[in-house]
Amino acid sequence: MSADDVVVRCENLTKRYRGSLLRRSHLALDSLNLEVKRGEVVGYIGPNGAGKTTTIKILMGLHKASGGTAEILGQPVGSVACRERVGYLPERPYFYNYLTAEEFLHFYGSLYGMSAASRRAKIDELLPLVKIEHARKLPLRKFSKGMLQRVGLAQALINSPDLVVLDEPSSGLDPMGRMLIRDVIAELKRRGVTILFSSHILSDVEDICDRVAIIVAGKLVKLAAVRDLVHHNVRAVEVTLENFNEANLSTLSERNPILLGAERVTFSLPDQAEANALVKEALKRGAHVASVVPRRESLESLFVEKYTAQTPEEIRTDA
Amino acid sequence: MIKIWAVTLNSFREAMRDKILYTLLFFAVLMILASVAVAQMTIGEYEKVLRDLGLTAISIFGLLIAIFVGIGLVNKEIERKTIYTIVSKPVHRWQFLVGKFLGLSATLLVQVLSMGIAFVIMLVFAEAQLSSSLLAAVWLSYTELLVITATALLFSSFSSPVLASMFTIGFTLIGKLSAGLVEFTERGEATSEGFRSFARLLYQAVPDLQTFNVRTAASYGVDVPWEYVLYGTGYALAWSAALLLLASVIFQFREFK
Repeated sequence: MSADDVVVRCENLTKRYRGSLLRRSHLALDSLNLEVKRGEVVGYIGPNGAGKTTTIKILMGLHKASGGTAEILGQPVGSVACRERVGYLPERPYFYNYLTAEEFLHFYGSLYGMSAASRRAKIDELLPLVKIEHARKLPLRKFSKGMLQRVGLAQALINSPDLVVLDEPSSGLDPMGRMLIRDVIAELKRRGVTILFSSHILSDVEDICDRVAIIVAGKLVKLAAVRDLVHHNVRAVEVTLENFNEANLSTLSERNPILLGAERVTFSLPDQAEANALVKEALKRGAHVASVVPRRESLESLFVEKYTAQTPEEIRTDA
Repeated sequence: MIKIWAVTLNSFREAMRDKILYTLLFFAVLMILASVAVAQMTIGEYEKVLRDLGLTAISIFGLLIAIFVGIGLVNKEIERKTIYTIVSKPVHRWQFLVGKFLGLSATLLVQVLSMGIAFVIMLVFAEAQLSSSLLAAVWLSYTELLVITATALLFSSFSSPVLASMFTIGFTLIGKLSAGLVEFTERGEATSEGFRSFARLLYQAVPDLQTFNVRTAASYGVDVPWEYVLYGTGYALAWSAALLLLASVIFQFREFK
């Protein structure tokens, strides 16, 4: 892999926040090594306080590293030159509510030194992409949370960046808003833009990302392709039955239902063969099969099992 | 240059769309117009009192706008985290501060002009004499506001809004009193040499804001030489540049939580 193929490089990146009289110093990042290659989408996940936002703030020049190095497109972070080809959407952003969407995007375009003509052309392209074309003359104070997030995403794309960094872009959004953010990320990926984004919505990360970086207690504990992490093996099969009488229930209950309602009962079976046997028996006894759902391994189940069962120290030792 | 201009325009828009500004301006114009009534209660020197009150109102309300809007301009960006999206762009931090300074300077110019127009209307209404020294006094008040704006930016580059307000008000008071303090100590009325040195140090370390005060001359109708106006303008620009430079150095190292 040539140096040109690496868009983000962190080597032994460390951040220690100084303590005060009332507060101990805090190691937020511990010798983090991370590479993001050109054109890939990397999901950055971890529990709250793991160091995701700290990493992003260092990359964006908002915080200074206590140790190690970080580069974007071959330039050291903190330099103005490295930010020329980068777009960034912070977590829970607040924007200038007295500006209209159009004025807002013109402002950010100017910060990249773009001419008025190129700003206009880009704004005409971006507003339909983030689906707020109808609100271009509307002041941001009249925007909903979802619309603000979308206009925030537009400002991150105003300079046609090579790298887009998104900090919790779907945080607090309704399902429609989340879907739109996902669609825009997918579209950027199609255009070959490199994307690094942190998120707690692991199903989105699993669907969109090429690779996943997992950080716990300031330490990178895993950096791998989604397909290498999640094998989509069937972990259990859930069978839901309806319309059964007391006698049937007493027979089937030996299999320990996980949900027992007045009308329906749900069983969790370890594999498909046992599920088939149960369904066969239930049908013989006159019950209706409402659903048979295989539960597969997901990034979320993997993350919850592996990284919430252990203490941060145990995870760091394993890493 | 386009980047500084973008920040300038945005700051100007923000300040001009701020309700506090209009509240202050409303009271300033009210006070200028009310000075007709106050002046009528004085015995003799009616026109002098009229001019003095009007110029003082312009100076005081200009100072209030410079301090409170000036501090708000940077601190609001930090508190609301809009600074994240600016500092992460290819913009030097000094460009951000200079843009903020120019934006507020332009806002103050509009405010001082508005108050100046109200002042002239009041003088015409009261049939008082107009003179070029009044223009010089208003202009020098404006240049003083540039120094205060740079001071407000300096303190808000590293401290909270409350502390920055206190520091800026303190700095302004020292700037207004330091020349008088030095004069007092030089006349030999101070008891200790240490106090004399302290007064001289204050005078050197803080801009002498009395330089911009020609209100007494203007209210008596005494001409203010244009060379002095030029000197005052240069003095304000030099101090503003020095304060902005210091603010930029401090701001460069600031981390945004």
